[in-house]
Amino acid sequence: MLNLRFVRHPDPSPVLVFAVSLGAIAGSLLVTAVLFALHGVAPLAAYTTIIERTILDGRGFSEVVRKSIPLLLAGVGLVLAFRARFWNIGAEGQILAGAVAASGVALFVPVPAPLMVPAMFLAGFLAGAAWGFVPAILKVRLGVNEIITTLMLNYIALYVVRWLINGPWRGTSVTGFSYSDRFAEYAWLPTVGTTRLHWPTLLLGLGLALLLAFVLSRTRLGFEIRMMGESPEAARYAGVNFLWTTVALVCVSAGAAGLAGVGEVAGIHRRLIEPNSISLGYGYTAIIVALLARGNPLAVIATALFMGLVFAAGDIMKVSLRLPSQMPSVINGLVLLFLVCSEPLLRYRLARRTLKSSQSAEGGATG
Amino acid sequence: MEIELLTGTTARALAFSTPLIWAAMGEIYAERSGVVNLGVEGMMILGAVTGFIVAQSSGSPWLGLLAAATVGFSVGLFHAFAAVTLRANQYVSGLAITIFGLGLSGLLGRDWVGRPLSDSMEVLDVPLLSDIPLLGPALFSGQYLLAYLALLAAVVLWFVLHHTRQGLVLRTVGESPAAADTAGVSVTLTRYLAVGTGGLMAGIGGAYLSLAYRPSWGEGMTNGMGWIALALAIFALWDPLRAVGAGLLFGAFFTLSFRLQDRFPPELLTMLPYVFTIFALVLTALGRGRRAFGAPEALGHSYSRGER
Repeated sequence: MLNLRFVRHPDPSPVLVFAVSLGAIAGSLLVTAVLFALHGVAPLAAYTTIIERTILDGRGFSEVVRKSIPLLLAGVGLVLAFRARFWNIGAEGQILAGAVAASGVALFVPVPAPLMVPAMFLAGFLAGAAWGFVPAILKVRLGVNEIITTLMLNYIALYVVRWLINGPWRGTSVTGFSYSDRFAEYAWLPTVGTTRLHWPTLLLGLGLALLLAFVLSRTRLGFEIRMMGESPEAARYAGVNFLWTTVALVCVSAGAAGLAGVGEVAGIHRRLIEPNSISLGYGYTAIIVALLARGNPLAVIATALFMGLVFAAGDIMKVSLRLPSQMPSVINGLVLLFLVCSEPLLRYRLARRTLKSSQSAEGGATG
Repeated sequence: MEIELLTGTTARALAFSTPLIWAAMGEIYAERSGVVNLGVEGMMILGAVTGFIVAQSSGSPWLGLLAAATVGFSVGLFHAFAAVTLRANQYVSGLAITIFGLGLSGLLGRDWVGRPLSDSMEVLDVPLLSDIPLLGPALFSGQYLLAYLALLAAVVLWFVLHHTRQGLVLRTVGESPAAADTAGVSVTLTRYLAVGTGGLMAGIGGAYLSLAYRPSWGEGMTNGMGWIALALAIFALWDPLRAVGAGLLFGAFFTLSFRLQDRFPPELLTMLPYVFTIFALVLTALGRGRRAFGAPEALGHSYSRGER
């Protein structure tokens, strides 16, 4: 018998948290390697190709960053919502809501050219926030399960976009395609050189992550938010207004996702298109981004980059390695599965059995 | 004329809502034991894809159904492992299953898209029961076997939950695991079985789509039905019989909405089930006030002896 046992440890060190998250990622990449092999692609060669064409290649890397932009914005938002114990699964719909509002402004509202982009971002933020307000108010006022409502609103947003591009907003200059007219040029976001890296949205995301990190660690509001998440009873006692703080936090969270939607339509597509092409599931992946970051807004920058890499790698896998296009979503699922299974490692550590405890029959992690 | 409309609508509602009823019953069973399962959507879609592949390869939809049920049960056991043994966050574990299931099913079913099932399940009438006026044509004729089995399963589950020792044990584990533990019941075993059975039913619900209702495989074909089933479990106040009623009501709304086809764009009609779901949850909340609406007391909490 091993002379070891599990001991609870309430406050895992940041190093341990980092190591466990890294372990979860490594585990999922290992299983992915097996999937590569099953599809007749040598795993090592596949990973080499992916790294060469993403991280080590200028253009490839710009695609990684480009795909991490919506993940960063939505992910930072979700960190905030999860901190307030609100299970926002609706970033996907909030991204689409932002995309719709921005497109509406670009297509139909006569805004002076220099103010167009700010107006689109503002509209996108508000629309995303509105998409989050509904489930938030239903939850705090009536106790309606927010997981289901936010998810239902994803589908609703998806069909609203489909309806718009097939009906009222269908482009007049296009025949046979379902999308809106192209935005006027002053409604496009500038990009870095010839890449598709729309840097204003990236700056917004980075700024938001920094701002949130500052608010959480240095302000009274941040203290209240942390208290709400960690000990709701104490927060209530200290006079935190749960109802409206939650609603406000969720609105900001959803608004951030809305900004991500603006970036996608104004920075890349420059028109409203098929919803599954505006967001390639970024809203769902953002959940993984936020969970991997374990509530730390600065860590979101790193986790968003990693998941952006997975998305960008998906293109390489499809084109260069002839692997199925579903690979990235499988990797998404694997990362989350490994993350779940590694959770107990944070709560327990192995310790040498002391004489006393080795005599007791109790074993395993039931302590 | 009016009566035919009523029975016809009910029949179509049942055909539409059969997978919802199966999945909702599975969720009710799991949640009654105290475990939230957000993986229903993933379990349904994995059931749909494995059911289809096995049925198409073997030529027997029943083997497909068996495969789907087995996959659902296994994935359910995995969720129980994460939620009960690892005491991981149940929400995250369920979400992981759904995200992984949606991805994996797309990968597995990639070569099977757009190939209609050669031997799909057949519609049949229930002997004797189909002759009952009104109820016969509404519920007991012209459906797939899985629809009738859903009705039967609801009655059986309701009976088990409320009138047997096993049901009492299950409910106690969900309400007060500590009390159950003290009484010598294995909380772990009960939860594993309940969540596994829930997964099995979700798998059957998925298989109904790919083996009977649509007989084909399409990526993401469950299209949120697993999440609607979660809502139905709440709307039905965790009661299997009410889940059938709620499912039929839901299906009827959906069926009737297609009468508006000429006046509404199709995208907005497709959107309706999701809107209904939110309304159903709001109505449940309004109807019951703010106190927990009969949700199992220990729902979502892992149990460990000696800890609160």
